[in-house]
Amino acid sequence: MADTRFAVPRPEAGLPPVRAEYVKDVVAGQDMGVVQAPLTIWQRLANQGWLRKLLLLAAIALTWEIYAQQLNNALLVPTFSATLDALREGIVSGEIPEKVVSSLQVLLKGYALGLALAMLLTGLAMMSKLGNDLLETLTSAFNPLPAIALLPLALIWFGLGDRSIIFVLVHSVLWAVALNTHSGFRSVSNTLRMVGRNYGLRGPRLIARVLIPAAFPSILTGLKIGWAFAWRTLIAAELVFGVSSGRGGLGWYIYEHKNMLDIPAVFAGLFAVILIGLIVENLIFRNIEAATVRRWGMQS
Amino acid sequence: MTTDMPGARSFGPLPHPGEPGPQPLLQVDGVTLQYKTEKHLVTATYRVSFDVYKADRFVVLGPSGCGKSTLLKAAGGYMAPTEGSMRLKGVRIGEPGPDRVFVFQEFDQLLPWKTVKQNVTFALQSSRKMRGRAAEEQAMRYIEKVNLGKFANSYPHTLSGGMKQRVAIARALAMEPDILLMDEPFAALDALTRRRMQEELLRLWADTHFTVLFVTHSIPEAVLIGNRILLMSPHPGQVKGELNSAGDDPVDPVSGRKLSDRIHEMLFADRVEEQEVVPHG
Repeated sequence: MADTRFAVPRPEAGLPPVRAEYVKDVVAGQDMGVVQAPLTIWQRLANQGWLRKLLLLAAIALTWEIYAQQLNNALLVPTFSATLDALREGIVSGEIPEKVVSSLQVLLKGYALGLALAMLLTGLAMMSKLGNDLLETLTSAFNPLPAIALLPLALIWFGLGDRSIIFVLVHSVLWAVALNTHSGFRSVSNTLRMVGRNYGLRGPRLIARVLIPAAFPSILTGLKIGWAFAWRTLIAAELVFGVSSGRGGLGWYIYEHKNMLDIPAVFAGLFAVILIGLIVENLIFRNIEAATVRRWGMQS
Repeated sequence: MTTDMPGARSFGPLPHPGEPGPQPLLQVDGVTLQYKTEKHLVTATYRVSFDVYKADRFVVLGPSGCGKSTLLKAAGGYMAPTEGSMRLKGVRIGEPGPDRVFVFQEFDQLLPWKTVKQNVTFALQSSRKMRGRAAEEQAMRYIEKVNLGKFANSYPHTLSGGMKQRVAIARALAMEPDILLMDEPFAALDALTRRRMQEELLRLWADTHFTVLFVTHSIPEAVLIGNRILLMSPHPGQVKGELNSAGDDPVDPVSGRKLSDRIHEMLFADRVEEQEVVPHG
């Protein structure tokens, strides 16, 4: 590799070559061509993550449509358009909104109860070493246990109905939230604790004014994981015995239409489950994040 | 007060420059500090005594691991001496409190979820010193003093290291504490910024004559910042002496040596010992 740029006198062994010094003027900004120019509309559009993802989704929908039309078997895979029709029908008839409301009501009850218990458990863990051991033992024991595995037991204890579902929801929320909140508290820097105590904060005031905000990134992560677990658990539990709660939720909607071999409606139900999951994740939690941890520079 | 210590020798004139009150503000008397690590009980300082008077810029200088930071934590009330006593205005120091405000070395001493102004008002409100408008006005007054008025509504993560330390200083000064406890506050800054911050601290002192207990391991910093410098021996820390400084590192007429050279000699006379010291926080 002969490179003329490096064609300098051979240096003494082990020493860098001796080069002449030089000084030159720099080009003024306006002579440089582009210093800062706006991107074209296409370049800017290509930078939009949501647009790229939307295009991907459209491509997937198109593939689905073509495949399903070729397969021509609505019992196995209905077409994308048939699914959309079923979804619209379900929404217009009020059946899907009703099921969604019913599902969300149960979910919120379980979520709230799970959060309250998680707060209690974390509070105990903060106050004493024994509480700390209790939390660690319970979370490591129960966190790996899928909530749905408790359903048979819940049926025996609470019978058919909302209470059984709430029980499994609490189980799915509690450990994730408690674990994350607790580890969040523990990772609050000692300096911040000392600052809080320096200004006279003790006990509950220290927790409320320093520890909770400082641990908020972890707490929020716990809330998100808890929500995702709860939503999955709820739909699964409703599939098993949603009818017993009288109205039934989305899971029951899917199960019911499967029994009626109304497969486009089954797909529509799955669609609704995904949509709600996306809305909560991307609208609610994303906005909370933007207004808190990302604004504070505690998470990029 | 210092002459009754074993082995104390006086260098130059002892009288205190700034008119000392009849009573010292902070009295540290025979303080031994011990803390536990996972396997050991470590003695950080051994029978340390000194007095800080009002408006003192009292620097505690010593090599890493001489227990000077631990000493400051004890003055802050974060740990209790195993022997001896610490009194502020004659009252034994107990819990941490807003009459002794800490400025730490770490940049994360600011609450990241609060703006610059909110960080200062947080201190005023949490300690129930001031609330509402009064707290905001006090906060802005001190934020202006450290020239951060334009950044009052910025969040800490958008500030540079030096600016964060200035906010921490503004927050501490706004509390108007009896004594300011500074734990190597400029150690994590680059050399240029550190120099600017040292000058700024002196300018602020000239403005309000606060009392500060300042811990450092840098001899030039001690000579520049302090009017009184306490030298500590390596681990476990003991008092080696107290020197006066006017900030300009003068040549001592008796020994014919610069103050910083004398300090260097005193601190590193037992260099071998120092190298055997296990460093700790």
